[in-house]
Amino acid sequence: MRNQKPETRNQKILLSGNEAIAKGAIDAGCRFYAGYPITPQNEIIAYMAQHMPEAGGVFIQSESELAAINMVFGALASGARAMTSSSSPGISLMQEGISYIAAAELPAVIINIMRAGPGLGNIWPAQSDYFQAVKSGGHGDYHCLVFAPASVQEAYDLTVLSFELADKYRIPVIILGDGMLGQMMEPVTAEAAEKPQRPQKKIWAATGCKGRKPNVVKSFYLNMGELEQFNLKLQEKYQDIRHREQRYETFNTDDAEIILVAYGMMARLAKKAVESLREKGHKVGLLRPISLWPYPADILKEIISRQPSVRFLVVEMSYGQMLEDVQLTVNGRVKVDFLGRSGGGVPSEEEIINRVRRIAG
Amino acid sequence: MKKIFSRTESLCEADTHYCSGCGHGLVHRLVAEAIDELGIREATIGITPVGCAVVAYNYWNFDCVESPHGRCLAIATAIKRLQPQQIVFTYQGDGDLAAIGTAETVHAANRGENLTVIFINNAVYGMTGGQMAPTTLIGQKTATSPEGRNAKNDGLPLKISEMLAGLAGVYSIERVSTDSPKEIFKTKQAIKSAFKNQMENKGFSLVEILSACPTYLGLSPLESMDWIRNTMSKEFPLGKIK
Ligand code: SF4
Repeated sequence: MRNQKPETRNQKILLSGNEAIAKGAIDAGCRFYAGYPITPQNEIIAYMAQHMPEAGGVFIQSESELAAINMVFGALASGARAMTSSSSPGISLMQEGISYIAAAELPAVIINIMRAGPGLGNIWPAQSDYFQAVKSGGHGDYHCLVFAPASVQEAYDLTVLSFELADKYRIPVIILGDGMLGQMMEPVTAEAAEKPQRPQKKIWAATGCKGRKPNVVKSFYLNMGELEQFNLKLQEKYQDIRHREQRYETFNTDDAEIILVAYGMMARLAKKAVESLREKGHKVGLLRPISLWPYPADILKEIISRQPSVRFLVVEMSYGQMLEDVQLTVNGRVKVDFLGRSGGGVPSEEEIINRVRRIAG
Repeated sequence: MKKIFSRTESLCEADTHYCSGCGHGLVHRLVAEAIDELGIREATIGITPVGCAVVAYNYWNFDCVESPHGRCLAIATAIKRLQPQQIVFTYQGDGDLAAIGTAETVHAANRGENLTVIFINNAVYGMTGGQMAPTTLIGQKTATSPEGRNAKNDGLPLKISEMLAGLAGVYSIERVSTDSPKEIFKTKQAIKSAFKNQMENKGFSLVEILSACPTYLGLSPLESMDWIRNTMSKEFPLGKIK
């Protein structure tokens, strides 16, 4: 066989989590970005400032997160793929816009590289915006799809996927990462760059009414009964998403007596703890939710019906937010323990091991 | 026979929900006529505000995007940047443009976005029931200034047009009125030229229109016209500001 030129396609590039998200967005066809600086996600806005114009897209440093999310609203109403990014306090400011985007059924991608709160908190990693992301942080009955990457590669891949699913369901998608993921450097295969995405034409977009009836992008339903009908339609969509889009990873769960449940970077630490405990003969496994909304409830139920004596240990960088979704799914059928720290503290491998040992008795 | 008047294509055949004597219906028509005369209906994207004019898209016959309260110019910025060949305008009330959306207004103007802004100043909040606006006059009674606006407590009426005129990014600002046929004619010309500026890529153009809200002024439609002419335009003088 003839010697081929070295393939660029599967070549790995070294990126931080933040850069991988920004690159993933551009590779997925995102052509509009607006954002306001905040630590620890500044590499995203810097990457966009440089690469978005090169890709022929629009980059705007907005006057506030409020303006950023509304610029994204305008970009989406134009039919473009568009994104913004921020960190916890900035995401709080964006909740107004996210509610309107959900209500106007616009396909936004929103990145939250979480820092510790409440308030200004500090810039250390945390997972304390879980409630805000998965329970709809703004007003009204709506949901965002929420994904939690646990590696730089996954941050890239889930960003690309987010644009696909945002368009497919016309729904805002949130990537929930933390400062650790954002700053960490890992090799990435940027496959989407090789297969440029071609978002389908959006016939509902506001692009000028040449050759058709005028389009209106809106979220206001004043007439009695109209809003309820619309909300029921949204609920049907959410139900469909609940069935189709649950994503997770399991590790050593088949014979496990204790299963850790952790997402994002916390799951990587939990996985290490599982490996150490396995070496010492403990039957421990890990369930890592990748989609936080829809919550991967089906796999939890399946595990319980297969192993009725299983116990779960939820580990989070918060004081028990995802814990509530596990408890809700388990509904008292098996025991659920919790280990969490927040405010910059991260449950260590040792703390996890000690807790598992105590539970195992 | 020569046709001297025909239906405005940029208006739908619909009854508006506005109170009698309200300035909104009138200004909607002026905007629609200007768009027709410039032949840009099929290229136009209007941004509607929160306030009495939120459903202006039910009356206009072109693409529209309904904005959250005060964010019209953030939305318009993105739409115009992505579709520079289209004509993008915002239609905003005083609360929208000069209170809750002040930051979006100032920064879009400062960036010199090539947009057209139709700013309805009626000195009161209509949709929520007649509360004080940033442009409410001193002494004017509203639901939230029952003894009349008081500078010590509420500050003075905000002259956002004069403020914006100081920004290098702004191309044109004009204050007009709807209190008489003559002024209405001038208003139409101002709106038309603000659209023309955008078509010629000249930049940020704003038309502030003194408009009547008889319902919350507690006046008849005719008295409202007198009030705009004799009282309101003393505080907000008409003419080209920039
Ligand atoms: S409340 Fe005032 S602004 Fe609103 S429709 Fe009535 S007159 Fe017009």
